[in-house]
Amino acid sequence: MRANFVFTELGIAIRRNLSMIVSVILVTFISLTFVGTAGLLQQQIASMKTYWYDKAQVAIYLCTKNSPQDICPQGEASQDVQSTITGRLESATLKPYIEQYYFENHEQAYQTFQEEFKDNAVAKYVTASQLNETFWVNLKDPDQAPIIIESFSGLSGIEEVKDQRSYLDQIFAILNIGSLAAISIAGLMLFSAVLLISTTIRLSAVMRRREIGIMRLVGASNFYIQLPFILEGVVAGLIGSLLAGGAIFAIVSFFVQGFLAQQLPFTSFVGVTDALTLLPGLLGLGAMLAGLAAFSSIRRYLRV
Amino acid sequence: MISLSQITKLYKGAPRPALDNVSLEVDKGEFVFLVGASGSGKSSLMRMILREDVPSSGSIHVLGENLIGIPNRRVPHFRRSLGVVFQDFRLLPNKTAAQNVAFSLEVIGKSSGLIAEAVPDVLRLVGLEEKANSLPSELSGGEQQRVALARAIVNKPAILLADEPTGNLDPSTSEDIMALLDRINLSGTTILMATHDRGIVDRGRKRVIELSQGKIVRDESSSGYEVK
Repeated sequence: MRANFVFTELGIAIRRNLSMIVSVILVTFISLTFVGTAGLLQQQIASMKTYWYDKAQVAIYLCTKNSPQDICPQGEASQDVQSTITGRLESATLKPYIEQYYFENHEQAYQTFQEEFKDNAVAKYVTASQLNETFWVNLKDPDQAPIIIESFSGLSGIEEVKDQRSYLDQIFAILNIGSLAAISIAGLMLFSAVLLISTTIRLSAVMRRREIGIMRLVGASNFYIQLPFILEGVVAGLIGSLLAGGAIFAIVSFFVQGFLAQQLPFTSFVGVTDALTLLPGLLGLGAMLAGLAAFSSIRRYLRV
Repeated sequence: MISLSQITKLYKGAPRPALDNVSLEVDKGEFVFLVGASGSGKSSLMRMILREDVPSSGSIHVLGENLIGIPNRRVPHFRRSLGVVFQDFRLLPNKTAAQNVAFSLEVIGKSSGLIAEAVPDVLRLVGLEEKANSLPSELSGGEQQRVALARAIVNKPAILLADEPTGNLDPSTSEDIMALLDRINLSGTTILMATHDRGIVDRGRKRVIELSQGKIVRDESSSGYEVK
């Protein structure tokens, strides 16, 4: 009986207030879609980080005869430079940090370059001697790259020591800015959603002031009076967040997996399972915000 | 049952108190008329008893509850022991007579079995069993007030507050409502009725409390509308 009564009242409230409810649903939908997008971007960043940070290496580029004079005054690095570097990498100080390293000579560098740029005009003009001989160093902990950089920078015969993660960090910074922007928009939209829900609930309460007056007179508890209004907000919020979940799901399966993943086959992208893990959070956030907004607004409107 | 001691109520900006040092006792089973000009404090007094408002000073006990100290969350439960009817009936226009009565039980969480039993009973008591499925707009004023009375007493309140219940009704319909109130009173419900209806008070020969400018100027048993 109790539940039956509450749901009947809820149905009446929703029918009377339909256009406002629809606007609450739409605003919640859009704002939570932004929240979900930000979440997806963060997941994308995380998955790219684990994938690329493991692959990223510290590169020790040796001087070539084309290197700038001020860095490499003696021109092409000699065999001695190579053995000095090998000696240091094998030394007791550095060895514990290093997972593995290998040396790439001009010819190997040329092969790799030809493979990577085989559709590019530049491949025709590059010669093997122009490409740096390189020591590629994999670290046990990629965060310790500065140790390698410090030990080799300034050594004669070395053109540059570069942590490849610095290239990745730029990409991640851009993705992070994107997700921050999405979160800021989401925040503004959620704020307006909360205001809209408060207004809607108060309007709903005004429309039903006769019922509320009688409920108070006959001694209905506050919980009983407030519940249909709070549920009204929660239902609108839940529908909005379900739509947002659907939108996120569609973005992942049609845009990310259906388009991006086809275009960039060697990058790992967020998948449908990632979108599914976001769904409970979105539903919870939508329902909770709507419920709290409705609760605080109805409490201000109704006093014993 | 109802006990007010030196109640004063000051509203902000009002030149004089709405209630000025009012003390009264009403016992179980009494029928009391509350008379006085508009603005004399009748409605304020009713609001205090319903705990819709608290006095600025004084103490008030109703049904053993100290209404000054009662916590807000206990107020709804307290009100379940009181029934109220008004001059303007206050029925829900989109619900039938039976649904209006049932509503007051539904919102305090009564079971559907109890409601199915109590609603026809109380409609029979007020003589409206034939009109159970009529909307308020299809009922006469007297019938609407009877629905309101049915709603007020369906939960078997110890006290019934009636704020000018016959104010919108013609004399013969008013008599019907009074007869109904008498029956409710005879079954043990204490009734406090505010009214301007001289004829009803004079014929009732009941206790009359007269308010003027927020003060009790008369409190007599078996009295009339005016001092003879």
